[in-house]
Amino acid sequence: MTTVAATRRRQALSRFWADFRTHRAGVAGMVVLVAAVVLALIAPLFIDESVTSVVDTTGDDFDAPSLAFPFGTDESGRSILLMVWWGSRTSLLIGFLAALLSIVIGMVVGIAAGHFRGWLGAVLMRVTDWFLVLPSLVTALVLAAILGGSTFTIIMAIGITTWPSTARLIRAQTLAVESRPYIERSKALGAGHWHITTRHVLPNVAPLLLASTTLEVASAIVTESTLAFLGASANKTSWGTMLRGSYDFGAANEGAWWYILIPGLAILAVVMAFTLVGRALEAVLNPRLRRGA
Amino acid sequence: MTETQATKEKVSTAGASLLEARDLHVEFVARGRRARAVDGVNLSVGEGEIVALVGESGCGKTTLARTLLGLERPTSGEVRYGGAALDYGSKALKAYRRQVQLVLQDPTGSLNPRHTVYEAVAEGPRIHGLADEESAVASALSRAGLRPPERFFLRYPHELSGGQRQRVVIAGALALDPQVLVADEPVASLDASVRGEILALMLKLREELGLSALVVTHDLGLAWNIADRVAVMYLGRIVESGPVEQVLTAPRHPYTQALMSVLPESPERVVLTGEPPDPTRIPGGCRFHARCQILASGKAAEVGVDGKCRSELLDILPAVPVAQAACHYADVAG
Amino acid sequence: MSVLELDDVSVTYRIASGEVPAVRGVSLTLDSGAALGVAGESGSGKSTLAMALLRLLPRDARVDGRILLDGEDVLTMKWGRMRAVRWAEASIVFQGAQHGLNPVRKIGDQIAEPLLVHGLARPEAARKRVAELLDQVGLPAWRARSYPHELSGGQRQRVMIAMALACSPRLIIADEPTTALDVMVQAQVLTLIKDLVAEHGISLIMISHDLSVLADVCDRLAVMYAGRIVEQGPSGEVFHDARHPYSKALAAAFPTVGDPAARLAPRGLGGDPPDPMRLPTGCSFHPRCPVALDECATLDVELWSAGERRTAACVHVRAKEEAS
Repeated sequence: MTTVAATRRRQALSRFWADFRTHRAGVAGMVVLVAAVVLALIAPLFIDESVTSVVDTTGDDFDAPSLAFPFGTDESGRSILLMVWWGSRTSLLIGFLAALLSIVIGMVVGIAAGHFRGWLGAVLMRVTDWFLVLPSLVTALVLAAILGGSTFTIIMAIGITTWPSTARLIRAQTLAVESRPYIERSKALGAGHWHITTRHVLPNVAPLLLASTTLEVASAIVTESTLAFLGASANKTSWGTMLRGSYDFGAANEGAWWYILIPGLAILAVVMAFTLVGRALEAVLNPRLRRGA
Repeated sequence: MTETQATKEKVSTAGASLLEARDLHVEFVARGRRARAVDGVNLSVGEGEIVALVGESGCGKTTLARTLLGLERPTSGEVRYGGAALDYGSKALKAYRRQVQLVLQDPTGSLNPRHTVYEAVAEGPRIHGLADEESAVASALSRAGLRPPERFFLRYPHELSGGQRQRVVIAGALALDPQVLVADEPVASLDASVRGEILALMLKLREELGLSALVVTHDLGLAWNIADRVAVMYLGRIVESGPVEQVLTAPRHPYTQALMSVLPESPERVVLTGEPPDPTRIPGGCRFHARCQILASGKAAEVGVDGKCRSELLDILPAVPVAQAACHYADVAG
Repeated sequence: MSVLELDDVSVTYRIASGEVPAVRGVSLTLDSGAALGVAGESGSGKSTLAMALLRLLPRDARVDGRILLDGEDVLTMKWGRMRAVRWAEASIVFQGAQHGLNPVRKIGDQIAEPLLVHGLARPEAARKRVAELLDQVGLPAWRARSYPHELSGGQRQRVMIAMALACSPRLIIADEPTTALDVMVQAQVLTLIKDLVAEHGISLIMISHDLSVLADVCDRLAVMYAGRIVEQGPSGEVFHDARHPYSKALAAAFPTVGDPAARLAPRGLGGDPPDPMRLPTGCSFHPRCPVALDECATLDVELWSAGERRTAACVHVRAKEEAS
C-alpha cells in the first residue's frame, strides 16, 4: 500500500520535473544555482578563511586581472576570485536562512490569519499590515545597528522585516482553500484546527511557499548586500562587504573596476538564477498561472 | 393506504427520537441586519428513520442541518442527541461527530483533489485515532458500493465518475460508524440515472445498519422516493410535517400545496405572488400570509380567519410524528 | 413545414490523444411551431448538438452531416449570414443566468444590443421594443434601467429569454434553462417558455436531463445516449411508456409524487455513462442495460419503428415489430 503510494508520489514528481524542464530560463537558473551552492559547499576543501586575511596576502594592492589573480586584487592585495568564492558562503547562508525565517513567520501568520476568522485573525492582519508599511530596509538597518553586526543578527533583521508580503499571500490562499466544501466535510468528521491546517491548507499553499521562498532568497541576498554596503554588516567577508570595501578604499578612483564588478556580477548572477527558478516554479506549481500559459 | 400509514406511524413512534431540535433559533447578522435563518424549529429524527426536510433556497434548511451537526451554534434552543442536550465542548463535540455525519451536495468539492480515495475515507478514522484503519476503510467503501474496495484505494477523485465520488463521500461518513447521516441535497448535482442508485444506497444502509437520515432537499420526488416523514420549511420555520404519504398526497398548508402544484404533471399550477422570502424581514402574523394563495383568493375570509392570518402568530409545531400544519385556515377548514 | 432538419449530424472533437466522437449520426426534424425536448445525461452529446446547430463549437470540433435551418445549410453558410441567422432566425438560451449577463450594463441596453448592432431598429424604437419584450417575459418595463445584480435568479433567466426573443427568431434553443433555479421559479420560467411557444408560434428545442420537465413543455422527445438518439416520439408516450430501457430509467429517475410504485423504491441505473473514447461495441448501452441479450454486445442497433411516429434503438423493439 505504501509502496504504491510512493510510486504515485514519484510519478507526480517526474511529472513536475517534465513540466519544469519546459521552462528553459528556469532550467538555466537552476544550473547556475546548483553550481553556486556546490562551489560554496566545497570551498573549504580548497581554501580557508585565510584568503580574507589582510596579513598574509600574496599580491600587490589593486593588481589588475592577471594569470596569478584572474580577477585582480583588492586594496590589501587579496585575490578577488578567492574572496568572492569564500564570500559566497556567507552571502548564500544569510540568503537562505533569512528567507527561511521570513517564510516560516509568513506561513504561520498567514495560515493562522486565514484560518481563525475571529479577533485573532483580525489582530494578526493588523500586525502584518503594520509591518508591511514599515520601510523594511531602514528597519533592518536599525535592527542590525542595535543588535550588532553578527551573521545571526543580519539574518534576524532581514527575516523579521520581509515576512509580511508572504503572510498576505498565504492568507489569501488559505481563505480560498477554507471555503471549499471538503473543509466543511472535514469539520463534520471531527477535524480540529491542527488537522485542517496541516492536512488540507498546508499542502495547498506549499507550492506557493516553495516558489515564494526562492524569490525571497534572492531578495534576502540583495538586502544583505545593501545592509553591508550601508555599513551594517557581519564581520565576515560577503559579497556585500566586498562592495563596501571597494567603495571605502576608492576602487573607482584607482581604476580597479574588477573590485566593483566581480562581487556585483556574483550578486546579479545568483539573484537572477533564484528569480528565474522561482518564476518557473510558480508557473509549474500554481494551477491558475499554468492554465493561462 | 391506511394500513401502510398505520405501520409507518408505528415505526416512527416506536423508534425513540435520536436527533432532535428543540425550539431552535439561529440568527446571523447580514449587512447590518438580523437574519433569522432558523426561527423556532422542533424536529426529531427517530432511530432508523429517514426524514426529508423540504424547502426552497433561503428557507433556512441548510442552516438547520448545519446546526444539527454542531457546525453552527444556535442562538437559543437546543440540539439533543440520544436524549441529552448537545455539549459544545471540544471533546464532547468530537465524540458527537462519530454519531452524526454529513454528506454534501457537490461530491467534487467535498473531496480534496490532492487526496486519494483511501486518504479521503481514512480521514475520519485518523482524526479519531481508530485502530485498524485499513479494514475500516475497506469495509466502508464496500458498504458504499465500491467493490472491490482495494481497486479504489489509490484513485484520485478526478479519476472517478460523479456517482462514484458521492459514494466515496458516503464511505468517508460510514467509516466512523455513525447513527445518523445528514445529507444536504445528496443527489442534486448527480446525473439522472445515478441519482436513483445513490438514493437506493441510503435506503439499503438504513436497512442493513439501521442508519437514520435527515435529507435536506428542494425535491419532493426525492422525499417520496426515500423518506418516512417529511417536514416542509418556509422562512425559518417548519410549516407542515408528517408521514410522507399523508403530507404529499393531501397537503394541508397552502405553501406545501403550492410546492406540489408546480411539479410536472400536476393538473393546476399555483403561482405564488409577492416578494421572495427574506429572513431579514419576516412578516408578522402567519409568515406566509403575504404570498398565500388561500388568503389572496378570499377562501380564508370565507371561513373568517383572514384577520388572524394577517396578525396572529402561529404556534411552533411540536416534534411529533403525526401530520400537522401551521395554518389558521387548515385549523378551521380541516 | 419544418424549421430545422438534421441529417446524420456528427460532431468530433480532436484532442491531443485522438478523436472524441461527441455526437454520432443524429437525424431530427422540427416542425414549425413545435417543441422538441432533447434528454440525456452529461456526456450524452446533447449540449454539443445544440451548439452545433448555430456553429458555436470551438475550432477543434468537426461537424459532419447536414443541418438545414429553413432549408439553408448552416454548415456551409458564410460567416456574415451565420451571424445574422444567430439573432434573427434562431437564438440560444444558456443555463446559468448569472454568467450570461454583463454585470456593469443595464438590462435594457443588453436586450437592445442585437437590435442596434444589426441595424434592425433606431434607439427610440429599440427602447419601445425592450419594454415590449420585458412585458412578454413578465417583467415591468422599468426593469430596463436595472442592473443584473438587482434581479433575482428567476428574473435574470427571464431577461435572458427576452434577449433571445429580441430579434423575433423563429427558433429558440434552450439549454437547461431552469437548472439551478428554485422549484417555484423553475415552474414560472417553464410556464413562460410554454406560453411563448404557444402564442407566438416560435419553435423550441429544449435540452435537459430531467425527462419530466421536458415532457411537461415539449410535444416530442428525443433521448440521447453516448452521442446517439436512442428513442424518439411524442413526449407523453416516451415519458410514460418508454420503449428503450435507458429512457425508462431516465423517466423513473424523477418519480411522480403519489405513484405507489416509486414509494420507497428509488430507481436508477448501475454503472456510469461510457467514455466517448472507449465506446462499448454493439449497442453502447448494453453494459448498463438490465434487459441486454447476448447479441447486444455485437449487434449494430439502429432506430427501429416503435409505433406511430415513434422509434427506438433497442433489439427488443425490433423483435416486437417483427412479431406484429
